[in-house]
Amino acid sequence: MIRNLLSGDLPRSRLLSAMLLVVFCGLALAPFLVPGARSLNVAATICVFVVLVASYDLLLGYTGIVSFAHTMFYGIGAYGVGLALHGMGPSWWAIFVGTAGALSLSLVLALVIGLFSLRVRAIFYAMITLAVASAFAVLASQLSDLTGGEDGRTFKVPEILQPGFRLFDAEILGRAIDGKLITYYLVFCSALALFLFMLRIVNSPFGRVLQAIRENDFRAEALGYRTVIYRTLANCLGALIATLAGVLMALWLRYVGPKTMLSFEVMTDILLIVVIGGMGTIYGAVIGSALFILAQNYLQLLMAQASAAMSGAPLLANLFHPDRWLLWLGVLFVLSVYFFPTGIVGRLRTRALLRRLR
Amino acid sequence: MSEPLLELDGVHTHIGQYHILQGVDLVVPKGGITVLLGRNGAGKTTTLRTVMGLWHASRGTVRFAGGDITQSPTPDIATAGIAYVPESMGIFSDLTVRENLFLAARSVKNADRMDEARLEWIFGFFGALKKFWNQPAGTLSGGQKQMVAIARAIVEPRKLLLIDEPTKGLAPAIIQGMIAAFRELKQSETILLVEQNFSFVSALGDSVAVMDGGRIVHSGAMAELADDRDLQHKLLGLSLDNHQ
Amino acid sequence: MTTISPVAPQDSTLPKVRVDMLPLLLVPVLALLMLPLVGSFPTWVTLTVAGLAMGMMVFMMASGLTLIFGLMDVLNFGHGAFVSVGAFTATLVLLPMKGWVEADSILMNLSVVGLAILLAMLVTGILGWAFERIIIRPVYGLHLKQILITMGGMIVAEQLIHVIWGAEQIPLQLPTTFRGAFIFGDAALEKYRLIAVGVGLTVFVTMFLVLNRTKVGLLIRAGVENGEMVEALGYRIRRLFVGVFMAGSALAGLGGVMWGLYKETLTAAIGGEITVLVFIVIIIGGLGSVGGCFIGAMLVALVANYAGFLAPKVALVSDILLMVTVLLWRPQGLYPVAKR
Repeated sequence: MIRNLLSGDLPRSRLLSAMLLVVFCGLALAPFLVPGARSLNVAATICVFVVLVASYDLLLGYTGIVSFAHTMFYGIGAYGVGLALHGMGPSWWAIFVGTAGALSLSLVLALVIGLFSLRVRAIFYAMITLAVASAFAVLASQLSDLTGGEDGRTFKVPEILQPGFRLFDAEILGRAIDGKLITYYLVFCSALALFLFMLRIVNSPFGRVLQAIRENDFRAEALGYRTVIYRTLANCLGALIATLAGVLMALWLRYVGPKTMLSFEVMTDILLIVVIGGMGTIYGAVIGSALFILAQNYLQLLMAQASAAMSGAPLLANLFHPDRWLLWLGVLFVLSVYFFPTGIVGRLRTRALLRRLR
Repeated sequence: MSEPLLELDGVHTHIGQYHILQGVDLVVPKGGITVLLGRNGAGKTTTLRTVMGLWHASRGTVRFAGGDITQSPTPDIATAGIAYVPESMGIFSDLTVRENLFLAARSVKNADRMDEARLEWIFGFFGALKKFWNQPAGTLSGGQKQMVAIARAIVEPRKLLLIDEPTKGLAPAIIQGMIAAFRELKQSETILLVEQNFSFVSALGDSVAVMDGGRIVHSGAMAELADDRDLQHKLLGLSLDNHQ
Repeated sequence: MTTISPVAPQDSTLPKVRVDMLPLLLVPVLALLMLPLVGSFPTWVTLTVAGLAMGMMVFMMASGLTLIFGLMDVLNFGHGAFVSVGAFTATLVLLPMKGWVEADSILMNLSVVGLAILLAMLVTGILGWAFERIIIRPVYGLHLKQILITMGGMIVAEQLIHVIWGAEQIPLQLPTTFRGAFIFGDAALEKYRLIAVGVGLTVFVTMFLVLNRTKVGLLIRAGVENGEMVEALGYRIRRLFVGVFMAGSALAGLGGVMWGLYKETLTAAIGGEITVLVFIVIIIGGLGSVGGCFIGAMLVALVANYAGFLAPKVALVSDILLMVTVLLWRPQGLYPVAKR
C-alpha cells in the first residue's frame, strides 16, 4: 500500500525513512503536539514549502531548468485567492474563482516564457525568468489600487476556516477544534496530496523522459523526444503546483503581500532548500524544508544568544547576529553544490547503498 | 627519408563515451607532405586534434621533435612549433586579415612590425590576402578564408603544419590554386595533411597513411599508392568514387 | 563550412563590408522621436541627459559581465556583488575624508572621489581574482552549477557586507562641487550626471581602444569567437580570462561607486537590485558583445527615463517590454556574437 502511495520510489535509506516519518508525524499531529500559534505557523509553513520546493525540484533537479520565476507563480496563486477573497467577500466561490484565475494566468505565463526562451540555453532562461519575476514583483508592489502595494491585503476566509469558528464545543487532547485547526489540516492534506502527486509524476514514463533530457538533451532528441515540448510541460506543471502552494499559503496567512510572496528572498530560500535537501529526489524538499524552516525560526534564537555573548568583539558578534544566518546558509549552500551535489537525501541514499553492498 | 618529426605510438582517444582512436601508430618524417586519408569517421580529425592537445590521448604517446607532448596543454604544443588549420578554418571573422595574421605571429608585439619579406612570400601564392588586407575576415569567400587560415599557420616559421581538409567545399578553380601553393610550401615546411580528395593529394603527397576504424591500416610512399589502382580500391573504395 | 559556395576565381572583386548600422541608429532615433511626445525641449534635454548618465553607469557594470560570458561561457550571477562591494569600499575613503568631500574645491572633491574609485576598483579587482579562483574555476562548463554557485556567492557577499559595514543604510554625500546643475536657457543639467556621462564615455573609449588596437584586446575578441583557436595559436586563454574577469569586476566596482554617489544612500542590496537591469542590458546587446552592451544600456536607460515622464506606470515594466521587443526583432540580441 505504502509502496503504491509512494509510486514505488521508496526512501531507500533507513535513516532517511526515519527522518521522513518524523517529519510526517510531526506535521500530521502538530496542533496536538506543540502548543501555541507560532509553532502551528511553523508547521503550516513547512507544509507549503514542501510543495513549493518539490515543484521547483521538478524543474531544477529533474529537468535541469534553472528558473528564477518560481516565486512569481507562488505569488500569483497567493494574490489570486487573496484578491478574490478581498474583492468578493469570504466565500468558497471566491476561493474557487481566485484559484482558477491564478492557475490560468500561471499556465499562460509559463507557456509564453517557456516557448520564448526554453529552446535556448539554461543560462538564457535563468536570466529571462529573473527579469520577468522582478518586473512582476515591482508591478505587484506598485499597483497599489489593485494589490494593496507594499502593505499587501488582508482578507477574510470562509467562516469555517476562521479562527473564531468552533466545530463543536468539546476539546480533543486539550485542543479546541477551531477554524485555525481546520485550515491547518486543509493545508496539510492538500500538501500531502500534491506531494504524492509529484512523486507519481517523476516516477512515471514522463518523469523518466525528463531525466533523460537532463542527462543528455542531444541524445534524448535523437531518440525522438521533442525536448522543447517536454521541458515546456515540466515548466507548466511546476508553475501550476507552485501556484497551488501560493493559494494554500494565502489561505493560511489570510494575508498577501509582496515581501512574503514575491520577494527575491523567497526565491533564494527555495534554491537553498532544494540544493541542501537534495536535487532530483523530491524527498529532499521534505527534509530541506523542515530543517530550513525550523532553523529559520529557532536557530536564530540560538544565534542571538551567541551574538550577545560575543558583544565584546563587534565583528564576531555581527557574524553571529540572528539576521546573518543567511550568511551561514549561503556558505553551506556553496559547499553543498561543490561537495554534496545530491544534498542530504542523496548523501543518505549513497551511504545506505554502500552499506548494503558491503 | 629523414628522422621522424612526429610520432604517435598506440594512441587511444575517447570523446565522451565514444572510443574514437583505437591505437594509432603514425610517423611523420621531417620535410614534405604526409597525407592522412580515410573515410568519414575514420578518426583523421581526431588524430590531428589529439596531436594538438585539443583532446588528450587516454593511452599511448605522442612525441614531437624528440619531446613527449601527449599530455601537454594546447598552447605549449603550439609554442613547440606545431601550427593547426582546423577543418572549420577557425577564422576570427570579426578581425581583419591583418589582425588574424598578427595574432598568429606570436613574437610580434605590434601589428606594423610583421616580417615584410615573409608576408610578401605568402602574398606570392595567396595574392588575395594582400588585396583584402584590412577587410574583416568574415566578409571573405570560403576560399579566401582558407587562405587566411593557412597563412596564419605559416606567418612565422613553424616545424610542423597540421592541415585538415583544405579543399573541402572549394570550387575547382580555387583548388588548382591551392595545389600550386602547397607545391611551394612543401619546399620549406613539413605538413601533415588530412584529405578526402585523392586527386588533390596524389599529386602533392610524399608519404601517405590510410585510416580506418580509428587505426592506421596502411602507410608508405604516396607514389606507391598512386600507381596501385587495386590497393587504392581496397583501402579507399567508395570514398574514391565519391570524390572524383 | 559544409556548404559549397559558388566562389568566383581567386581575385574576385572586393567583398562588401557589411557594417550593421541599424542598432547604432536606434539611440538617436529614439531620442528624436520622443522630443515631440515630451513636448518641452528643456524637459527633453534633462530627461535625455539623465538617461544617458544612467545608461553609462549601467554600461560600466554590464560590460565586464558580457565579456566574461563571451570569452569563457561563464555567466556570473553574483556580478552584482562587485557593484555593492565597490560602493561600500568607497565609503572607506569618503566617510573619513568628509572634510575633502565637503570642501568647496573642485580639486579636493575630485581627488577624494578619485581615491575612492581607485580603492574600490583595486578591492573589487582582487576580489574578482579570488572569486574566479575559488568560486568559478571548479565549475567551468557546468552551467547549472555555475548559476547556483555564483548565486550562492552573491548571497554570501551581500551578508558579509552586512557583517563588515552593519545592516543600516549608509548615506553617501555628493561632493560639494558636484552638486547642483548647470542651467542652459530653461534646461537644467545636473552636474553629477554630466560627470557620469564623462566617466562612462572614458570607459567606453578606453575599452574600445584596448579591444581594437592592442594585441591583448584582439586576443580577447578572437577568444570570444573561438577560444580553442586562440589556444591553438599558442596563447593561454585561461590567463586572458582571469585578466578579463578582474577587469570586469573592477569596472563593476567603479559602476558601484558612481551608482552609490548617484543614489546618495547605500544598502547591501544595491548590487542585487541592479543585476536584473544589467542582465536585461546584456541580453538586449547580444551576449558577449561590448558594443551591443553599450547601445543596450543607453536604450534601457533612455526608455526608462522617457517612460517615467510620459507614463509612470509603464515605466515599471519598460525594461522588460524593451527586451521583448528587441528579442522579437533579433532573437540573439542587437549584435549577436558569432560562435565557432
